[in-house]
Amino acid sequence: MTHDHHHDHDDHGHDHDHSDIPPDPALRVKALETLLMQKGLVDAAALDAYIDTYETKIGPRNGARVVARAWSDPDYLARLRQDATAAIAELGYGGRQGEHMVIVENAPGKHNLVVCTLCSCYPWSVLGLPPVWYKSDAYRARAVIDPRGVLADFGVTLPDDTEISVWDSTAEIRYLVIPERPAGSEGLNEDQLADLVTRDSMIGTGLAARAPGTSP
Amino acid sequence: MNGIHDMGGMDGFGPVKPEADEPLFHADWEKRALAITLATGSLGQWNIDASRHARELTPPALYLNSSYYERWMSGLERLLVQRGLLTAAELQSGEPNDAPPVRQAVRAAQVPAILARGGPTLRSEGREAGLRIGQRVRALNINPVGHTRLPRYLRGKTGVVMMDHGLHVFADSNAHFKGEQPQHLYNVVFEASEVWGADARFKGTVRADLWEAHLEAV
Repeated sequence: MTHDHHHDHDDHGHDHDHSDIPPDPALRVKALETLLMQKGLVDAAALDAYIDTYETKIGPRNGARVVARAWSDPDYLARLRQDATAAIAELGYGGRQGEHMVIVENAPGKHNLVVCTLCSCYPWSVLGLPPVWYKSDAYRARAVIDPRGVLADFGVTLPDDTEISVWDSTAEIRYLVIPERPAGSEGLNEDQLADLVTRDSMIGTGLAARAPGTSP
Repeated sequence: MNGIHDMGGMDGFGPVKPEADEPLFHADWEKRALAITLATGSLGQWNIDASRHARELTPPALYLNSSYYERWMSGLERLLVQRGLLTAAELQSGEPNDAPPVRQAVRAAQVPAILARGGPTLRSEGREAGLRIGQRVRALNINPVGHTRLPRYLRGKTGVVMMDHGLHVFADSNAHFKGEQPQHLYNVVFEASEVWGADARFKGTVRADLWEAHLEAV
């Protein structure tokens, strides 16, 4: 580990030689990874497998397929409402940070926004790894007290009388927003619908994209 | 603990800054940080609640100056030593001692199953449900020195139970290796005006998942 590393490692955090500036992260991580490798506690191929999973297999396209199915199949929507974890598993998605899923549905006059004020809990199984803004102090602090201000940062303005529910993910339940289906999307198939489902629309900081050929 | 991590309702952090075409990682070390965190997390020496608590123990000024994955590294280093996988001397020097590893590394072939299983927290047995859907409840005014999933901004506030998620591992005890103590987890709705007062900046509600031990019927 780098020589300027001065963490204490008791359970109380009462050290006094802490710098407020973190050590260079690249060096710090490299040193720790090397040490863990030498100790036989991590395996190089396994580390690559974890990274590959989130780079190539799990991302917001998963969630978009869930939403597109929910928009096109009333029976599927009913199953999502009944047991979202099971209904999402029908499409092959589940596991880490998606063990217990609940959907929340937007509707005219009703908007949902998801946050984790205490850490950055996020439904990895359907949205992949969270974006930096979701993990930012600004979002974690402000979403629960000023969701309209947060939405404005995303260029989203809701009607004045729309009620906003802010879901603070304080436990292991993960919430997936089902955005409103865009007008003019009636003739689209599931793949085409999935293209309209943005990641942010499934967090609640965005809306679904407009259907092709429709005007704002 | 009333730590810096408990950020709900704080002002002054400025606007949220979405990034157009954001890459999945902003530096190679972030990938490595993710991977070593997940790989060591699967060794069974701690649970995700302990992992969150370890990050919360980062001193506030350092926490605020750290990025997400740097916060992960602070927590991971703390856990590796606290749970006996590395010694403080090894971490400090970067040199491994001669002691055999406490656990065997997760292999690549195991990774898909590990991620597919995740860490479900639903349990079939535990404390009997004391609250019902539709019941008015107050979040307790508690200020434990350890981990709690009851955020400060909701303490003392009154809401209504909207969902019963069933018996879940109680993070507040599990984080300290004091057992899972499964109890009912409820989704509780709080009016914005109840949480933030008559001048609340929006019309609507805050919804949070709170355990039986966080709530009292009113």
